[in-house]
Amino acid sequence: MSAAHPDLAVLQDGPLPIDQGSRVFYWLAACVATTALLTGASLVVGTSSFETSLGWLFAPDAQSAVILWQIRLPRTVGAWSAGALLGLAGAIAQGLFRNPLAEPYLLGTASGAALGVTLCLLGADASIGALAWTAKLGVTGAACIGACAAIALTILLSRGVLQTANLLLSGIVVAFLLSAVTSLLLLAKPDLWRSMQSFLLGSTGFLSWNGAALLGIVLGICVLPSILLSRGLDALSLGEDTAQSLGLSLPMLRLTLLAVLSLATAAAVGQVGIVGFVGLVAPHLVRETITVNHRQLLIGAALCGGALLQAADLVSRWIIHPAELPVGAVTAVVGGIYLVVLLWRRSRHD
Amino acid sequence: MSSSIGNRRRGQGFIAALLSFGLALAAHASIVRDDLGRDVRFAEPPRRIITLLPSITETVCALGACDRLVATDRYSDWPVAVRALPKAGGLDDAQVELIVSLKPDLVILSRSQRITDRLADLGIASFALETDRYSDIEHNIDVLGQILGTSERAAELNDSIAARVRAIGDAARAARAGEGPRVYFEVDRAPYAAGPTSFIGELLARVGARNIVTADLGAFPKLNPEYVVRYEPDVIFVSATDAPSLAERPGWDKLRAVKEHRFCSFPPEIRDTLVRPGPRVADGMQAIADCLARVAP
Repeated sequence: MSAAHPDLAVLQDGPLPIDQGSRVFYWLAACVATTALLTGASLVVGTSSFETSLGWLFAPDAQSAVILWQIRLPRTVGAWSAGALLGLAGAIAQGLFRNPLAEPYLLGTASGAALGVTLCLLGADASIGALAWTAKLGVTGAACIGACAAIALTILLSRGVLQTANLLLSGIVVAFLLSAVTSLLLLAKPDLWRSMQSFLLGSTGFLSWNGAALLGIVLGICVLPSILLSRGLDALSLGEDTAQSLGLSLPMLRLTLLAVLSLATAAAVGQVGIVGFVGLVAPHLVRETITVNHRQLLIGAALCGGALLQAADLVSRWIIHPAELPVGAVTAVVGGIYLVVLLWRRSRHD
Repeated sequence: MSSSIGNRRRGQGFIAALLSFGLALAAHASIVRDDLGRDVRFAEPPRRIITLLPSITETVCALGACDRLVATDRYSDWPVAVRALPKAGGLDDAQVELIVSLKPDLVILSRSQRITDRLADLGIASFALETDRYSDIEHNIDVLGQILGTSERAAELNDSIAARVRAIGDAARAARAGEGPRVYFEVDRAPYAAGPTSFIGELLARVGARNIVTADLGAFPKLNPEYVVRYEPDVIFVSATDAPSLAERPGWDKLRAVKEHRFCSFPPEIRDTLVRPGPRVADGMQAIADCLARVAP
């Protein structure tokens, strides 16, 4: 298209702050509007029929009030926050590693969280001294600690945060190592397998207001430093040497952003399990539709990731209601299809 | 030269096989169809048996053939005698080498096992049984009785189980006026529930409990947790580990069963009888009936 209209190509390639700015604004507004719509829809999607749910909205009794305001609303709010954290973490990971395939789990977080949960379930099951403390932590805490420990191990193995390739390789090694330990533990205690599976496939079913509030607080904590450091990511996108020559302290930038990445991922994994593809797809979705700098990308990916997980949660509870699908399975299908379409479109353009 | 000897040997072997086959046919020989639809021929009752599923191990022992077992899967732990036997792995990772080295006459396993083909390649006889439903118990006792040559004992066992199950059900219904309690049986915290078509669901129905999960959802549906809040069970069956945290699930603290601690949790040896459709079914059913009598409103 740009070849047929050379003038247009110039217009598109050149920086046009006002146009571009308003486009970004409209795009972000559309994300917020989608979230508002999905939140409304989440109140009428559940085990009851659409009409029944509508009736509850206008004339709630004690039970339906609990279902609407203690179950459905915190669930969708929590799903949004977890999705936003994953989207943000994905955008940070892709910027930090300058790799479009980077995602929140690439430093071994998912496997670490899974191992934490396995230990917790084993502890609850066996209540033997060494494991008893894990049971007290609960699945959420154990997943969180496991994720953080995995990242720490990854950084330790790569001897710091400066070598991108080392970090990525260590992440892969840690992921495989911890998965293997998890598998061995599960082999010894096969009854835990079903519990583990629901964690591995992600689940938004038990999100409470407490969980949603926790995710919201972590999101607040994560967004601020990411935005402050977004210029650093812009500089980094020009190459590490260039970024350093611009007076950027690479170790500082990396450490802070890795901390944010870990915190965001660990919190999300702790509350909803391992939900795949949201962190990978959300930043792509933003970059494919609008041209952005990293500040806009981070905000966009968070909003987009939130809406994505909210939508996936809705689908998971609607499609075979009153039973439900694992939310991670839904995101994997939708995300996978989207990536294929993306690849297909790109290859057509090339 | 060597080939002619080989031929002669093979010829002798063939005649011997024919002879023994004929003799066996006269003595016992039975053909039993397994749950994979294979007709398995038994010239005589097997003497060296490996079982690869706990419920089958229990059935073999209940038929008085425990001493014929040479190995079991790693989960078989009842009766106590089988704990000392070699363990040939689990459902999907059975140790073919160990099984072959023990030279079994017969390996009894569940229908879904991949190992069946591998055993057939190695020339080891196997027999597959389905063990999901209540009705499988009677059928499997019957079939194993035929194979083991203990048909009489099998008939007695089936009669005594049926009588006990009927008595427990009758007593439970008689002790209660009106409809049975509404129950939710949590198999796992995901939460997966036991539906009416599952083995557990069948036992619940036999003691007169009403499952809040409907049959159309399948045997073990993964429920939306709000379903339980909506259908307000009178009693919740849940593991002892998960019971204390039920009140932390959003909305569940409002449930009467949670507020009044109307829970049924079973120790592992009872839980085993609820997940292994086998000869101890009446024990599991009795535990369910006793708990319901104790905690149902």
